[in-house]
Amino acid sequence: MSRKEIDQATGTETTGHEWDGITELNTPLPRWWLWVLYACIVWAVGYWILYPAWPTLTGYTPGILGQSQRDDVAQAMLQLKSSREAQGRLLASATLQQIEADPNLLQFAREAGKSAFGDNCATCHGSGAQGFKGYPNLNDDIWLWGGTLDDIKHTIQVGVRSTHPDARQSQMPAFGRDALLEPKQIADLTEYVVSLSGGKADAAAVARAEPLFKEQCAACHGDDAKGKREFGSPNLTDREWLYGGTKADIQAQIVNGRGGVMPTWGSRLDPMTIDALAVYVHSLGGGE
Amino acid sequence: MFNHGILERNSLLLVVGILIVVAIGGIVEIAPLFYLESTIEKVQGMRPYTPLELTGRTIYVREGCYLCHSQMIRPLRDEVERYGHYSLAAESMYDHPFQWGSKRTGPDLARVGAKYSDEWHRAHLADPRSVVPESVMPPYVFLANADINVDTIADALKAGSMVGMPYSDDMIANAKADLIAQATPDADGIDAFKKRYAKAEARDFDGDPKRVTEMDALIAYLQMLGTLVDFKTYQADAPENRR
Repeated sequence: MSRKEIDQATGTETTGHEWDGITELNTPLPRWWLWVLYACIVWAVGYWILYPAWPTLTGYTPGILGQSQRDDVAQAMLQLKSSREAQGRLLASATLQQIEADPNLLQFAREAGKSAFGDNCATCHGSGAQGFKGYPNLNDDIWLWGGTLDDIKHTIQVGVRSTHPDARQSQMPAFGRDALLEPKQIADLTEYVVSLSGGKADAAAVARAEPLFKEQCAACHGDDAKGKREFGSPNLTDREWLYGGTKADIQAQIVNGRGGVMPTWGSRLDPMTIDALAVYVHSLGGGE
Repeated sequence: MFNHGILERNSLLLVVGILIVVAIGGIVEIAPLFYLESTIEKVQGMRPYTPLELTGRTIYVREGCYLCHSQMIRPLRDEVERYGHYSLAAESMYDHPFQWGSKRTGPDLARVGAKYSDEWHRAHLADPRSVVPESVMPPYVFLANADINVDTIADALKAGSMVGMPYSDDMIANAKADLIAQATPDADGIDAFKKRYAKAEARDFDGDPKRVTEMDALIAYLQMLGTLVDFKTYQADAPENRR
């Protein structure tokens, strides 16, 4: 068996284990370390008393402070709301037009709108609201569903072709996919649409397609092809294209009749945020 | 006086000792979650996944989406401001396993449902940088060309019901028809499907009405995330919902 002895060099007791003449010092833990350990144990006991800690048969020990993380976040949200309250209340009570007329309120709305835009809208419309193919640019003065403050607010609230019962609705038929027109007719129509914005097109095809356009397209895009806002139908005579302006892009659109979907935000965002967003989008450059 | 030398010299005794110590931790920290009624909040609106959503969830797990996306909005101010109401335990009670994740390379997805359009999801899954230029997400364009094997879905529901997902016999028997109906506009069985799964959205998710693809399933799953619980009836400040 082993034998504990005092090491000569250090004056410390050995553990009593010995391997081929090598023994191990049983150096005690540093005092400071030991005290920190004991302090932590005491701290833990205090924690059990103050905070939610131990499970019981029917619930858990709530602690005498009654702390609850869910209450804390509710409190933090209330604080956030109240820190914005003075201007928030003004924002909620003012009409959109009044907001734009008041420089202080406008600045507040733009800041709030910008942050909400980054969280919710930038994913589709781009962080600079520049849009992508199929997702409108919000900086320019082209508005499918109207560019006044109230139009923009309504679009944000109900969305476009969304699940909201009052959503802005319209549907371009898929003339090619659903075989509503012959491929030759679609080719003619493509030439016609190209010619509307002054592009180079085959004159014979344009002439053939003119009655076809009046019959199939004018109801939504208008006799002058400048679009109608009640249908969200784009102006075909300008050089801005939602789905691309090459001949192939235009043909693909006549074949497939794509229409973008914008979700309804009325149930997801609070009314103040929607007001702020409307003001922000309106002030990007193209608001009417 | 207890001599730890006995444990150190008998490895089997040491193993038993370790097991006892670990078991105490488990009993105190894990076991109560199974019997405490307050573990899962009482909420309205939660239902098991539809067959199509369940398939989408399997694809979500298969592709490892959880490695970059969490599904857990923590009760912290900044998260609640950005993503919406913090996640409830009730919202993952039918998850086996849960998809809370631990790392956000991309954003949290717990409430991504109904936030973007199907078309956006299609474009984004096929080529993330076409709509989010700064994204580092890999493309999943192949999902649109992968047909779903609809014959195994009934077994998947059966397996789910074994671990506590409340699938009725009716749901299991009609699983295949329901899966196809949810992704096919104007399908015959759509009314029966909507009766079985409250608040389930049925439409052509992937833009190809003739096929039921993995893209259909994944988008159906994403569009449902976080939309089930009825927060109008949920009492966040009720004593049983405090944590």
